[in-house]
Amino acid sequence: MSSARRIPSDLRLEADASARFLPWALAAMVFLAVLALAGALALDRAVSHWREGVSTRLTVRIADQPGQPMAQRVQAAVDLLRAMPGMGRVTPLDRGGVAALLRPWLGELGSEHLSEALPLPGVIDVELLPGQALSVSALATRLQNAVPGAQLDDPKPWLDRLVNLARLLQGVGFGVVLVVGLAAMMLVVFATRASLAVRRDTIEVLHLIGAEDAYVARQFQRHVSRLAMLGGLGGWLLALVLLVLIRLLAGNVGQGMLPDMGLAWWHWPLLLGLPLLGWMLAVLTARLTVLGELRRML
Amino acid sequence: MLRFQNVGMRYGPGPEVLRDVSFTLAPGSFHFLTGPSGAGKTSLLKLMYLAHRPSRGVITMFGQDVSTAQRDALPMLRRRIGVVFQDFRLLDHLSALDNVALPLRIAGVPEERVTNNVAELLTWVGLGDRLEARPATLSGGEKQRLAIARAVIARPSLLLADEPTGNVDPDMAQRLMYLFVELNKLGTAVVLATHDLHLLDRFKFPSLRLKAGEVRVTASGSAA
Repeated sequence: MSSARRIPSDLRLEADASARFLPWALAAMVFLAVLALAGALALDRAVSHWREGVSTRLTVRIADQPGQPMAQRVQAAVDLLRAMPGMGRVTPLDRGGVAALLRPWLGELGSEHLSEALPLPGVIDVELLPGQALSVSALATRLQNAVPGAQLDDPKPWLDRLVNLARLLQGVGFGVVLVVGLAAMMLVVFATRASLAVRRDTIEVLHLIGAEDAYVARQFQRHVSRLAMLGGLGGWLLALVLLVLIRLLAGNVGQGMLPDMGLAWWHWPLLLGLPLLGWMLAVLTARLTVLGELRRML
Repeated sequence: MLRFQNVGMRYGPGPEVLRDVSFTLAPGSFHFLTGPSGAGKTSLLKLMYLAHRPSRGVITMFGQDVSTAQRDALPMLRRRIGVVFQDFRLLDHLSALDNVALPLRIAGVPEERVTNNVAELLTWVGLGDRLEARPATLSGGEKQRLAIARAVIARPSLLLADEPTGNVDPDMAQRLMYLFVELNKLGTAVVLATHDLHLLDRFKFPSLRLKAGEVRVTASGSAA
């Protein structure tokens, strides 16, 4: 008798209907959960960028006024800003810089095409020193008084609304992950219970010849572990391919048109951890379901 | 080793199928269990192999009160009991070898010992050339021998057999009886449910006689 002979499973769970549908169902769930989590994490990064921009940068916009040289007005605003406490770098943009900002909307405008008659606003990029308390409205008033037509863009009110919306969407993303996880656990519970019901006689025989509940539960754990690993890996790989495609497509749209919603390096372990967590939950769910059901038998 | 004290048993809310059953089996004893069909032989065996709890009374087995024992304590007790079920209860998807190996694998015996012991025993019961056969391909007699091999492979302290010679020819019945007797000589207590009067005449062991749910212990050689 060869010692390499394969020991068959007592319960023959591999012949179960769950062996056919569970990997597919779990693959679909892991796919959805990974996409939802990736979306939520990407939003997190975008929100951080937005918040960082609002707290450390301001933009001064000076409307063109006929008969008043823009360069002098810009310089007056720059002088005023540099004299204020809490200001870091104050950088006026030249016409080329302003044109570059308008490029996504107006297309490529070489400086030779820029007519002097085209009323471009003056733009000043202001970098604030970190940790400085600054009244944006007071600064706006002083600027307006010193340089009529100067406006201080305060993006905070609309950005707050945008951030709230992003946070809501993030919550939805995490909620989807949770719901999909719960649905996967319920699926494992029902599949396990169905398998147990079909094998009640066999399990009774195993019990009567001395098998402990853990002996039976281990067989279900192994079975579900294999199926969950198969489904989880499939769903994860599919989601990964889709994420890479989305990233490539987003890159082609053009810089500045879309917020930076790429994933940070530390997001990837989380995305990798999701199917692993799902696999562990599936195995644990199978074990607890089996032990719970067997407790009802003698 | 096994003691029943005023044991009663019923299935659900139905009538008692066993009433005030009291007897004691000593270690290494051999008893036939006899009685007409429907007298409660299978129910009594179910109590003995711990597939059912008594509705009243006390059952003491291997020094433990099993009528109220915790579920967790039952597997270790069951490993000391070998059972030959009347309907064999073999696992159809397992080979003959794997069916017989089950009690050893469940008990955690190393695989090399499992395979050698099982092959040896199956050869002894005349199934040495059917090690890889599935139960569905075996005759009734072969299935019975397989069920017996599974019951005795772990050298149980108590062997319970429900009509173990019912499906085999007289020669094989006698051979199997000698297996039970040999096992009994090695210290296993045996309770063998049978209708076969020839066995009772041939092997002079005492009987537990069941009639209308009550048990009487009779001396060796008494007819059922």
